[in-house]
Amino acid sequence: MSEAAKEKWGMVIDLDACDGCQACVTACSLENNVAFAGEESVAYGHGMHWLRIQRYWEGEYPNITARYRPVMCQQCGAAPCEPVCPVFATYHSEAEQINVQVYNRCIGTRYCANNCPYEARTFNWFDFEWPEPLNAQLNPDVTVRRRGIMEKCTFCIQRIRRAEEDAKAEGREVADGEVQPACAQSCPTQAIVFGNLADPESKVSRLARSARAEKLLEDLGTEPKVIYLKGGSDRDR
Amino acid sequence: MTANIPAIPLGDAHHDAEAEYREEHLMLDPRPREEMNNMVLESMRDKSLSFWVTAGVLGMLVAVALFGAWGYMIANGMGVTGIRRPVFWGVFIANFVFWIGISHAGTFVSAILRVFKAEFRRPFTRAAELMTTFGLAAAGLYPLIHLGRTWRFYWMIPYPNQRWLWPNFHSPLVWDMIAITTYLLSSTMYLYLPLIPDLAMARDHSEGWAKKIYGWLAMGWRGTEAEFRHLNTAINIFAFAIIPVMFSVHTIVAWDFAVSKVVGWHSTVFGPYFVTGAILSGVSAVTMVLALIRGTMKNMKYFIRPEHFDALGKLVLIFSMSWGYFFFNDFNLEWYGGEAAGHAVMEYHTKGPLAWIWYGMLIANLIIPWATLWNKNVRRNPWAMFVIGFIINLGMYAERYMIVTFVLSRGRMPFDWGWYKPSLVELAISLGSIALFLFLYVVASRLIPLVPVWEVQEGQLAHTLRKIGRATVISVSELE
Repeated sequence: MSEAAKEKWGMVIDLDACDGCQACVTACSLENNVAFAGEESVAYGHGMHWLRIQRYWEGEYPNITARYRPVMCQQCGAAPCEPVCPVFATYHSEAEQINVQVYNRCIGTRYCANNCPYEARTFNWFDFEWPEPLNAQLNPDVTVRRRGIMEKCTFCIQRIRRAEEDAKAEGREVADGEVQPACAQSCPTQAIVFGNLADPESKVSRLARSARAEKLLEDLGTEPKVIYLKGGSDRDR
Repeated sequence: MTANIPAIPLGDAHHDAEAEYREEHLMLDPRPREEMNNMVLESMRDKSLSFWVTAGVLGMLVAVALFGAWGYMIANGMGVTGIRRPVFWGVFIANFVFWIGISHAGTFVSAILRVFKAEFRRPFTRAAELMTTFGLAAAGLYPLIHLGRTWRFYWMIPYPNQRWLWPNFHSPLVWDMIAITTYLLSSTMYLYLPLIPDLAMARDHSEGWAKKIYGWLAMGWRGTEAEFRHLNTAINIFAFAIIPVMFSVHTIVAWDFAVSKVVGWHSTVFGPYFVTGAILSGVSAVTMVLALIRGTMKNMKYFIRPEHFDALGKLVLIFSMSWGYFFFNDFNLEWYGGEAAGHAVMEYHTKGPLAWIWYGMLIANLIIPWATLWNKNVRRNPWAMFVIGFIINLGMYAERYMIVTFVLSRGRMPFDWGWYKPSLVELAISLGSIALFLFLYVVASRLIPLVPVWEVQEGQLAHTLRKIGRATVISVSELE
């Protein structure tokens, strides 16, 4: 089957528009009940964020520029995490063409996290607790994970499902822009666009055809579903 | 020139050569069967105070450091270890590979030397096979210890279940589990088969409940010719069959890394590289175990002699050279490949903050054995071999540690680079697994005859000294 026929949900991130404000990181954590690890744990490397802003410095001081790239699970078409899981906790959803993590099936070998070239996966090192009043805002649509299991960005699958069910109830297709993951919704510069890559007329498809479009570590053949629009001095590369 | 050669009386020269041969080779120094039986049983039954203290301390370490720390980790979460993004595997996996490597050489020494009819193997095959079984016991715990949810480990086992789930046979971790189970079962049977006549010997020399247990284990062995013929056939089948199993196990451990997409792991040479490294560390460990047995147990100086350390020392030297070859192969191909991500991994080894581990490994695995083991006097000295074996095992542990944690520290995206150091819990569990291996070994040394007396006797019957003209030569008759 060709790659095009297998595409469905996808995301375009305009690196020229991203100013590294971290609103997407916060929104993602709140939407998806991502555990609150605390400052010390995050600094140690036990942070749970599904989405992180990579920051690279360009040039030498004082002519220095910060460059940002939000990186989350790239929802690979040929995901390296999938074949290494011994219990099928991570597998490919044929219906949504994204990479799914079944929390309750995970036994915590952490092989998937090692094999992910995007370092997209986070592990529940402890049973983290939400400090008040954050404990009162848990999203009822998303499972709360316990210690010892792996998790990662799901493209806000709960929102995709809700939109699909609404559309089905009304007897129509899901409209372009109807599904918005928390990161795209919260981005003040609208750098993140989400939609159906299989529909050539959708906004995300039109942006993905841009001359600036690139995929992260594309030469690995992972077929990512996240497309970056090159920014800064890379723009015309 | 001829004037300088001292005159030796001809008759005495012949006599001296024979005495020297007897002192050197166990196979040429036969003793009556009953005497050897009693020597082995005496060393087995010798439960002095130092034995109880050693076994007690080791047992406590197993209870506290291994199971105590493990329980603490299960109760609190994997966060009590030092692992963190991006290094998701730490010393647990390094320990796993290390112990699998240790378990390798027992079978290597026993099965390969048996297949090739290397006669010097006879007194220490059992000591080596025990190392395989207990090394696997220590290794087999780590895939469980390192799980985030240990209490769900059985989800990896293929059996019809209410969950309607089946393990993913694409995953190298499932291959791993199958390979280790196969190796554990076959190596235990391979340990048991040659043990049967010795268990019967222990039965015939025991009384009371011990006689009953040995009798049950010996399965009614009487020592008839037909029984020995069947036993030898069975041992022969196992010795041949277990060699490919042994190669497959460590190759599959190498595939845990090599089939991944990680730079520094994804290497076609990992299979033979790991097997060679396993045999290097394992044979070194056999020399350590033999030095300990010879030094601490009664009557063992008769059975285990400098000739055995000499032979094993040559093996260690050869495998140190082969390991060096594969190491060079692995490192150089990455270097010539010129990929930036690969160079970042290598520079972390050679110039990173923990580069001393890398240089230490090269000194321990290459320089020290090459500088010492060419010398026969070193090879024949049990305690020198113990020290060299220990250093090589440190070096091989360092190799596994770096393969697991150094490589993961330098991924493809520099923003996510990190580093790792083990926590106290991880160190306690590692120490506990060493204690577990030693504890099982110490206990077993007092429960089963550690020297296969019947095999030693079989070899001694086949070896004779003959005089051809004025020379004394060793003559070995074909047994099968």
